[in-house]
Amino acid sequence: MSEVLVLADHAGGEVKKVTHELLTAARRLGDPAAVVVGTSGAGEKVAASVNTSGAATVYAAESDEVDDYLVTPAVDVLAALVERTSPAAVLIPASVDGKEIAGRLAVRLGSGLLSEVVDLDSAGVASHSLFGGSYEATATVATGTPVISVLPGSVEVASAEGAAAVEAVEVPAQDAATAARVTARQPVEAGDRPELTEANVVVSGGRGVGSAESFAVVEKLADSLGAAVGASRAAVDSGYYPHQFQVGQTGKTVSPQLYLALGISGAIQHRAGMQTSKTIVAVNKDAEAPIFEIADFGVVGDLFQVAPQLTEEIGKRQG
Amino acid sequence: MNIVVLVKQVPDTWSERKLSGSDHTLDRASADAVLDEINERAVEEALLAKEAHGGEVTAVCMGPERANEAIRKALSMGADKAVHLQDEGLHGSDAVATARALAAAIGTVESVDLVVAGNESTDGRSGAVPAMLAELLGWAQLTHARKVTSDGSAVTVERETDAGVATVEANLPAVVSVTEKINEPRYPSFKGIMAAKKKPVSVLSLADAGIDAGAVGLANAGSQVVSSAPAPPKEAGQKVTDEGNGGVQVVEFLSGQKLV
Ligand SMILES: Cc1cc2nc3c(=O)[nH]c(=O)nc-3n(C[C@H](O)[C@H](O)[C@H](O)COP(=O)(O)OP(=O)(O)OC[C@H]3O[C@@H](n4cnc5c(N)ncnc54)[C@H](O)[C@@H]3O)c2cc1C
Ligand SMILES: Nc1ncnc2c1ncn2[C@@H]1O[C@H](COP(=O)(O)O)[C@@H](O)[C@H]1O
Repeated sequence: MSEVLVLADHAGGEVKKVTHELLTAARRLGDPAAVVVGTSGAGEKVAASVNTSGAATVYAAESDEVDDYLVTPAVDVLAALVERTSPAAVLIPASVDGKEIAGRLAVRLGSGLLSEVVDLDSAGVASHSLFGGSYEATATVATGTPVISVLPGSVEVASAEGAAAVEAVEVPAQDAATAARVTARQPVEAGDRPELTEANVVVSGGRGVGSAESFAVVEKLADSLGAAVGASRAAVDSGYYPHQFQVGQTGKTVSPQLYLALGISGAIQHRAGMQTSKTIVAVNKDAEAPIFEIADFGVVGDLFQVAPQLTEEIGKRQG
Repeated sequence: MNIVVLVKQVPDTWSERKLSGSDHTLDRASADAVLDEINERAVEEALLAKEAHGGEVTAVCMGPERANEAIRKALSMGADKAVHLQDEGLHGSDAVATARALAAAIGTVESVDLVVAGNESTDGRSGAVPAMLAELLGWAQLTHARKVTSDGSAVTVERETDAGVATVEANLPAVVSVTEKINEPRYPSFKGIMAAKKKPVSVLSLADAGIDAGAVGLANAGSQVVSSAPAPPKEAGQKVTDEGNGGVQVVEFLSGQKLV
């Protein structure tokens, strides 16, 4: 069987869940190999995690330079590996960086590109969710080695043993004259909450929350459920919550087991980022709010009454 | 500083969007078409750069004839001229072919220093065209910018992603893409709307732009859509009015669903 290259999403060797999801999907197409682009030691760390997801090989592309450049080190590494191993496909997380890596790789290889795939079968047929979950399509790659970006949270992880044998590969030198150099980084505070796109439960607040301080109500409920916190664009634009937590058409796409919307009207662009959630619960003062059209359980009421009671009740159950 | 701003006409996110049953391409007739909101921000950023450094702003758009409405909007906001790549042969082009075609169209504009694009379109959401253009042009990519500054020979951006904020620098020429938090786009003034009618728009065919017809369009796409259909609509469930025990009722519902 041919290899399937999976670009590992990791921070300093700490593997993100999406890496396991991609390795799970990759096993349907061939022998999965994780590709780690990072600084010294990242490959070994990733290998110690992805052996549970059936990775036979871990290609470790380590260099002190990788963090100084955007996107291109990963593109260079993947392009060289494709040349060498002729894989059945290359799977890349559909994160901000991942989508750009996939795009550039497809251009460089002259390959067909499938973007933001939500499922993949053994024949290489990929499923897409379009226009914010209101449309579905399937597609295949017609030209070259398929380059496929997969939306985090869409493939269920199934474990399998893998040798995860580490093999060092080169990171081609970057051309400082034409490349963009990263001169400073302010990483986001990781915090204790799960990542928005990885969480099983998401609690989001909208303009109805009314202020940055009041978002504590949303956070408390989220923490009682072990959930991630999200926000509508109106809440972000009003300065109640940071941008990286925006859910919707131009924010994150989430598809958790449970989505709780507090003080969110449910505009079509917000729904576009969350309507494929398995169960939706909404709390809104306005009985006519469109969010109720897609809510499995809706409460017409004041979120400042309902949410704290909900938090307390969950606390009681957990004893 | 000569700036190209990439503008795309998309179905309005407020209207019902679908693919056409016959060839699974975007059904442009079914929805209202607008200049993608993110591209208004790209135009604004291009105009700010021109105001700081002089030069010209050229709007470049690939799309069917009616996309000239989107081009007019960019011109009425203040862009100086436009290139409209428009050819039947482009119908159904995938993201890779779109990037190639746009690179060719940009190549027809004289001495470009900076390309400004949106970070992601609301219809295709490939979120990769700007990066692909950087690959094709051999220029630096400074994407997902929430802030752009330039001294006329180099450009610096604050790139905002899940990982945090990175400061990124490169020499010009370069490709920049902007996020929706970067600015508030100006409204076209009446004067701007009148002036736009007289601004030059050069309409290019594939041959005009020097693009190989065998490299673009549905038949030559590197990926092929096999099937498409509307998703089954989500139905509304139970709705209660809070009478003091709304929170308890939610927990009862969640417990019934085995979610708590
Ligand atoms: C191109 C484009 C892209 C967009 N992308 C996004 C996106 O990614 N994400 C997104 O969210 N939006 C997006 N929008 C914006 C979208 O159209 C809406 O404006 C936005 O979602 C509204 O946010 P909201 O529901 O929080 O605010 P509102 O619509 O103002 O709703 C607030 C709700 O809170 C309720 N409320 C008020 N007080 C209380 C209370 N005490 N208790 C309970 N309920 C209360 C009100 O009844 C109301 O329904 C986009 C728009 C466009 C044009
Ligand atoms: N057909 C097009 N014409 C002009 N610009 C485009 C076109 N397609 C994409 N772009 C530009 O690339 C950005 C990102 O689009 P995408 O990669 O398709 O999500 C858009 O906001 C535009 O600036």
